[in-house]
Amino acid sequence: MPLENQFPATVNEHGHLLRNMVLFGRMLRALGVPVRPTQILDLVEALAYITVRSREDFKNTACTILVSKFEHLPLFDRAFDLFWQARAENELLEIDLGALLPSRAKHEKKVEVIPNKGSSDHESNREADEPLIDTIYTYSAKEVLRRKDFADLTPEELDEIKLMMQKMEWRLEQRRTRRTVRTSRGTYLDLRRSFRHNLRYGGEPLQLTWRQRKLKRRPLVVIADISGSMERYSRVLLKFIYSISNGLENVEAFVFGTRLTRITRYLREKNIDVALDQATASIHDWAGGTRIGDALKTFNYDWGRRVLGQGAIVLIISDGWDRGDIDLLGREMNRLQLSSQRLIWLNPLLGSENYEPLTRGIQAALPYIDDFLPVHNLVSLEQLGHLLERLGEHKPSRRHHVTG
Amino acid sequence: MNLIDNFDSIDQVQAALRQQNYVADRGLTTSIYLALKLGKPLFLEGEAGVGKTEIAKVLSAMLGRSLIRLQCYEGLDVNTAVYEWNYTRQMLEIRLLEAAGHISEEAALKKIFGPEFLLKRPLLQAIERSDGIEPVLLIDELDRADEEFEAFLLEILSDFQVTIPEIGTIKAQQPPVVIITSNRTREIHDALKRRCLYHWIDYPSFEKEYHIVLAKVPQAPEQLAREVVAFVQELREADLYKLPGVAETLDWISALVALDREDLSDEVINDTLGVLLKYQDDIQHVQGAAVREILAKIGSRE
Repeated sequence: MPLENQFPATVNEHGHLLRNMVLFGRMLRALGVPVRPTQILDLVEALAYITVRSREDFKNTACTILVSKFEHLPLFDRAFDLFWQARAENELLEIDLGALLPSRAKHEKKVEVIPNKGSSDHESNREADEPLIDTIYTYSAKEVLRRKDFADLTPEELDEIKLMMQKMEWRLEQRRTRRTVRTSRGTYLDLRRSFRHNLRYGGEPLQLTWRQRKLKRRPLVVIADISGSMERYSRVLLKFIYSISNGLENVEAFVFGTRLTRITRYLREKNIDVALDQATASIHDWAGGTRIGDALKTFNYDWGRRVLGQGAIVLIISDGWDRGDIDLLGREMNRLQLSSQRLIWLNPLLGSENYEPLTRGIQAALPYIDDFLPVHNLVSLEQLGHLLERLGEHKPSRRHHVTG
Repeated sequence: MNLIDNFDSIDQVQAALRQQNYVADRGLTTSIYLALKLGKPLFLEGEAGVGKTEIAKVLSAMLGRSLIRLQCYEGLDVNTAVYEWNYTRQMLEIRLLEAAGHISEEAALKKIFGPEFLLKRPLLQAIERSDGIEPVLLIDELDRADEEFEAFLLEILSDFQVTIPEIGTIKAQQPPVVIITSNRTREIHDALKRRCLYHWIDYPSFEKEYHIVLAKVPQAPEQLAREVVAFVQELREADLYKLPGVAETLDWISALVALDREDLSDEVINDTLGVLLKYQDDIQHVQGAAVREILAKIGSRE
């Protein structure tokens, strides 16, 4: 087997192996697996203990030392196979690093692009509903910019709104954690400190020090609709997500059309426009169909347990036009409500006076929504901010829903 | 005599694990072997019930070392994880010294902040071994603790020493064998993971799970074991909110053995599904038609 020759045992050729490992580390880094030089050194040390000739053992060893994240495992697998198969160095250079990036092909298989004109039921035909929104525009056109509907902004106004958003302060209601901090007055006696303090009085407890529950901001999870029916709002709303993710440390953001994409890491980029371009570049279904139920299901199954800890507040931004399975939407909304501290649905259409939540999607979701709010202009965002400041410590009282 | 030195190859570790009735694949064995050899903590991630915690117990038995377990939870702090002073005893001691009357303040301080007034919590116990044998330290479900504790743990894991202001620095002569587990309910900080060897434990293959069942529940009839494992394997392909782990498989087959079953039928499955699935939605989803379907699938394969 030619591969076996790749792992030479003699000391002289060990240098070759070391060189290869450094190269391999570099390749992993290029693919986004953060490998440190110390890890390469650890790997070299580990080689003393295993039979380098066994490909499987070598791979397992490299994996346990170089990878520290579940998400990176498939990447490592493919990189390893490719790297150690390439015999000569010039072949190495020809490796298409791009082909190794997270299996986009796999995702693409899942995307079902629903043609806008294909179906004839009324949800798919957005054109018919647009006059409704347009009436809001004429109404709000005379209002100050703050009251202007997002979808109706000129590019200059948009820039101004962006600035105003960045200045908005979000003070999320804090929750009491189980960790305590020292305070002058509090609920819990700080025995260690009190005792130390009072030694100077001969152990007589004259001065007591106290501890109080530490306060922490609740995590905020934003799930935004970017499908065709929401396209007019999505750009602005992504900017909105960006502005709150910079002001708060604990924000997770997801967007969905036909499928769910996590964009949290793009929001951490320093420049708002770079972040947005990256976020939109990674989303394939910018203006496809909407399947809220499927998206929420993906969220519940894959992300819920990881981002909904510690009393998270969930914001869904969508108009509720759904082309998917309505029963599924109800089921997943129920599950989402059960696992979140507060489930808030923001609907831009709610800004219209004539709007009634009659679409199938909204009808299915409504029983599980704690707060149903408009989000069509800056004023509505400010109102949302006020709500988030006084959510209270307990979950809102919810009607008990029977599943099944 | 250090037992770790007795292991010179991955195969030896695998055999030793097998002796403890723990079935591990080559990848996991490699990680364990290297953790022992390189003296690095082993960070295990995976779904609930795939045997992460079990590894620490097996290692402690295999190496003849005591097991020290630290269960993590939100708000876990130095007082409960590392050390605490025994205040009641200290107070008493002060009263006694006062009564005796003739002792300097300095001597008194030195006395009441002495080792005999120190309550050692798991991390300190793991670092300071009086018997000279380094223990196996299990830090269980680290994802349940908060970031503050993680930062603190990072410090301990980097040099295995604890500083107590009144006593001084206590350093481990040899680092203990450290196993950290996480159910991945949140991401653990990279800095901590980088200090560890990492291994993701997946759900086992049919072969592996079958061997685990035979090793752990030897009284189970082979036919039943095969059917149970095949059923659970199929179930993991289904659309469930919480997939059954190996622990659930073992519970289930134990239940079936207790019921004197020789094989599976849809009736007995429907009755005992609660052992396997822990969400009402999942049970409703599987009960009835889906159970019959899976049974037919398994039956046709044999």
